[in-house]
Amino acid sequence: MTGRAALTVSSCLAVALTAACTSYYEIPVETPIRAKLDVGAFQRVLVAGFLAGGTDEVDGNLETTRLLRSQLRTKSDLRVIDVDVLPLMEVASEGRDSEANGQGAQSALPAVIKDDKDLDAYEHVFANVEYWKKIGEEHQQPLIVTGTVMFTSQANTQMRQTESEITDALGRRRTVPERRLVERKGFGLNGRFIFIDGRTGTTMFSQNFRESVMYDANRQTPALSSYFELMDKLIPSFLATLSSQKIKGTRILLN
Amino acid sequence: MRIRALLAALLVTVAAAPLLADARDDAKKQVQFGIEVAQRNLWIEALLRWQRAVQIDPTYAAAYNNLAIGYEHEGDLDKARAAYEKALQLEPDNALIKQNYELFKEINDRTSRTNGQ
Repeated sequence: MTGRAALTVSSCLAVALTAACTSYYEIPVETPIRAKLDVGAFQRVLVAGFLAGGTDEVDGNLETTRLLRSQLRTKSDLRVIDVDVLPLMEVASEGRDSEANGQGAQSALPAVIKDDKDLDAYEHVFANVEYWKKIGEEHQQPLIVTGTVMFTSQANTQMRQTESEITDALGRRRTVPERRLVERKGFGLNGRFIFIDGRTGTTMFSQNFRESVMYDANRQTPALSSYFELMDKLIPSFLATLSSQKIKGTRILLN
Repeated sequence: MRIRALLAALLVTVAAAPLLADARDDAKKQVQFGIEVAQRNLWIEALLRWQRAVQIDPTYAAAYNNLAIGYEHEGDLDKARAAYEKALQLEPDNALIKQNYELFKEINDRTSRTNGQ
């Protein structure tokens, strides 16, 4: 019996023993989780677009915008505004160019965002209050959702223990533990959701995220499918920021 | 003199025992009523009963466990955590309370997976 199995059996026994000595009643519960952000002042939400980088196998800007809009449409009371996704990299570049021209100098931004350092050069766009206020005015002052998305491919090695069967000199078979390094590859998703007040152009709340998923190196997993797998883990928390939720479960009442 | 003191202590203990037993009996009645109304989805009433039960008998772990569940159902997660921790402090080896607390903590972890600023 492995340690894990022994632990499972012993905890089941402990539960059974406690249950035998006490009256208990299983009951369904619905735990309401209050929204982290008060969005009562808004009737509409604009998922504007994202500064995205990393692997070019997935368009992080387009896919994140589409996914969040579809989630908000079904799971939030806010009306989702359907417009073209903002090309935030271009907006950031234009803002930087006009600033640089005014100062008589040219500051170049990286043409593609490959890592967090590249992303940092564009982040000033979120602090451009006038720009976001203008976007807000164009769409009847909604709550604006934007941010950064960095979707990168990753690789590492992991020590794994397996059992292999060997035959000794006398022809007897036996299993021996074997430790070997296994190559793994996968994807990482990190970034930030930023919530901007469309009436003032200022940031109300921001939320960092970081998730990763790794597979055996010989497994072929499409990048897009991994992207959705990772976003699935982030969506509950994203939605919990904007709207109250009820989480269903069961608990044991005691007497 | 010493014998007298011992006798007095014994007398106090014997006299207090029924009182403690009475407290537990009264608390148990409150807890049972709370369970019955919770099963009919009357959680506010259930919560009041379990609050009364822990006032009557502050050593009653089951009452704190139920109180924690009531707070969870009302979305008062801070109070739920405090009540679960009190229940486990009173009965650290109670596997059913531990199980409830683990499920409660899972919800908290899920909703705070990302860091807000």
